[in-house]
Amino acid sequence: METATPKVKGALRSRNQHLSFFFDNEKVLGTLMIAPAVVYILALVGFPLVMAFVYSFSDITIGSSDFGFVGFENIKSLIGDFEFKLALKNTILFTAVSMIIVLVLAKILALILVKDFRGKFIIRALILMPYVAPISLGVIGWLWMLDSIYSPINWLLQRTGLFGPDFWPMWLGKPNLAISAIIAVHVWRMLPLATVIMLAGLASIPQDIQDAALVDGAGYFRQLFQITIPMMLPIMLVAVLFGIVFTATDIIIILVLTRGGPYNSTQVLVSKAFYTGIDAGDLATGAATALFLFPLLAAVAVFMLRIARRTEVA
Amino acid sequence: MTPRIAIRNLWKEYGDQVVLERINLEVPAGEFCTIVGASGCGKTTLLRMIAGLEKPTSGDILIGGQVVTHLPPRARGIAMVFQSYALYPHMTIYKNIAFPLKAMGMAKDDMKKKVDWSASMLAIERLLQRKPRELSGGERQRVALARALVREPNVFLLDEPLSNLDAKLRTSAREELYRFQKDVSITTIYVTHDQVEAMGMGDRIAVMNAGKVRQLGTPDEVYSDPADMFVAGFLGSPPMNLIETPDRIVGFRPESFLPQQMHEGIGDLVSLPFTVTRIENLGADRLVYGKLEERFGHAAVIANLPTSFTSYAIETKQRYDFAVPRKDVKFFDPRTELRAKPIPL
Repeated sequence: METATPKVKGALRSRNQHLSFFFDNEKVLGTLMIAPAVVYILALVGFPLVMAFVYSFSDITIGSSDFGFVGFENIKSLIGDFEFKLALKNTILFTAVSMIIVLVLAKILALILVKDFRGKFIIRALILMPYVAPISLGVIGWLWMLDSIYSPINWLLQRTGLFGPDFWPMWLGKPNLAISAIIAVHVWRMLPLATVIMLAGLASIPQDIQDAALVDGAGYFRQLFQITIPMMLPIMLVAVLFGIVFTATDIIIILVLTRGGPYNSTQVLVSKAFYTGIDAGDLATGAATALFLFPLLAAVAVFMLRIARRTEVA
Repeated sequence: MTPRIAIRNLWKEYGDQVVLERINLEVPAGEFCTIVGASGCGKTTLLRMIAGLEKPTSGDILIGGQVVTHLPPRARGIAMVFQSYALYPHMTIYKNIAFPLKAMGMAKDDMKKKVDWSASMLAIERLLQRKPRELSGGERQRVALARALVREPNVFLLDEPLSNLDAKLRTSAREELYRFQKDVSITTIYVTHDQVEAMGMGDRIAVMNAGKVRQLGTPDEVYSDPADMFVAGFLGSPPMNLIETPDRIVGFRPESFLPQQMHEGIGDLVSLPFTVTRIENLGADRLVYGKLEERFGHAAVIANLPTSFTSYAIETKQRYDFAVPRKDVKFFDPRTELRAKPIPL
C-alpha cells in the first residue's frame, strides 16, 4: 500500500498536466476556439471578396472558362456608362434620403416611446414588427399595397376624399413615384432598428442631467438640441452606419418591387451588379459594378470600429 | 437679500404609497438647513419638489413669500447640485457653467464676466477649457457649485454633494462648502444621509423618517434633546441607549454613561450599576458593552469612555458602578415614542 499510493498520485499528476497543457495554455486553446470563425469568414467573406477583385479586372463570363486579364477596362467602360452612373446616383440618393428621414422619425418615435403611457407595450411591439418580419414577405406586402390596379392606399385615399375620383397614381410605374416608393419602403424597413437604438441612447442619458438642465432653466428645445441630441450623437451615429450598410446593400426591395424599372430609374449598384453579372452572364462587369460599394462600406466599417474603440476606452 | 423658504402641509403620494406626509418646514433667509434621514425616507423627494422637478399631491411651497408650487423649475430662481454633479459631459467646463446664463439669454460679454467671477469664487479658473471627464471628483464638485452659483440663485439645493468623494476629501470639502455658503449667504437646503455632515454643517437640522419630519432644530437641540425615539436612535454613534421600563422608555447617551467617580461634583446622578461583557478600543474612545441589573431587565447598554481616562481599568465580566447625570436622562412614551414626563428612577 505504502508504495502504491505515490505511483497512483504520480500517474494522476502527469495525466492532469497533459490535459492542462491544452486547457491552461491560452495560445493553444484560443487558437482552437477562434478557428471556426476564422475559417467561416475566410471562406464566405474573404474568398468571394478576393474573387470579386480578380473578376473585375478580367473578361470572365458565365458561359465559358476563358480568363483574360483586362486591367481597368471594365471600370473605365462602367464610368462612361449612363446606366451605371444612374445606379450609382440612385444608391447614394436612396441611402442618403432614407437615412435622413429615418433619423428624424426614429428620434421623434424614441422621444414618444420613452414616455410612460397606456398601451406602450403594444405600440412598441407594432413598431418593431417590420424588423422581425422576413424582409421578402414585408416587401411582397408592399407590392400589393402599391399595386397599379388594386392599391389599397389609393382606394383609401380616394374614399376619404383626399384623392379626386380620377386620380389614381401608379406608384411603381412612374420613375419619380417609384423612387419615392422605394425610399418609403426603405424607411419602413430601417425605422424599427433605428428607433430601438435611439431608445437605448435616450435611456442612457442620466436622469440627473435632464433634471440639471431643467433646473438650469432650459426649455424643451434647448434641452433637446443642446443636451439630449449631443449626448446621443455617438449612438445616433451607430444607427446611421447600420442604416447605410443595410440600405446601400439591399437588393430585395428593388428585386421585388420594381426590378430596377421603370426605365432603370430605380436601379441601384447591387441590383445592377446582379442583373449584369448573373442574369446577363457578364461576371466581370457585374463584379466591377459591385466593387464600387467597397470604398463606401470600407469607410463605414472603419468608422464603426472607431466608435467601438472609443466606447471601449470610455 | 435672499428669501426664506416655507413648506406648508406638503403631501406626496405615488398610488396608495405615501412618500411624504404633512411636511412643514421653515428655512429663514441665509440659513444652512440640512435634511438628514436614512435612504428612502423621502428627503430627496422633498428636495426635488422644492426644485420643481416633482409635483406635490397637496400642500404648498413658498420661496420668499411667493407660492411656487406649480411653477416650473426655471421660474423658481433656484440652483441645484446633484449627487452625481450632473455635469454636461459633452461641454467644456466653461460651457457647463455658462449654460444657465445662456438659457437666460444673457449677452456674451456679460456671460464671460459672470462665468469668470463664479469660477474664481471656487478657484477653478484653470479648468475652464477642460471637459468634465478630465476632472477629479473634488474638481467636478466645484464645477457643479460654480454652475449653481453663476446666476446668483435665491436658493441652493444640494443633494448629497459630498457622497461621491473619498473620505479624506470629504472632510475638507465639508469645511469648504460651509465657508462658501457663509460667504455667499444664500439660503441653502442640504440633503444627506450622513449625520456627521448634517450635524457639522447645518445651522439647523431636519431629521426625517418614513416621510415625516421628526424634529427640526439646531444640531445641539436634536442631539441632546431628541423629540422622539427615532431621532434618539438615529443620531449619535453609537446611538442613545434606550431601556424599557414598565411605563417609560429611558434614554441616555453612551458618553454621559460613565463610572460614578468621574461624575464627581456634577450634581444629581442616577446610579446604574452594570456588568461588562465586551470592550472595544477605538483609539480616541473606549466603547464598553454591558448589561444592566435585574431592575432594568438586564438591558444591553453601551458606555463611551474617552481613552484619556486610562486610570480607570475595566475588565469584562466585572460589575461596575456607572451613573448618568439626572438631567441627561430622557424619557419616552412607549406607545407614541414621543418624549414624556420624567418618572423617578
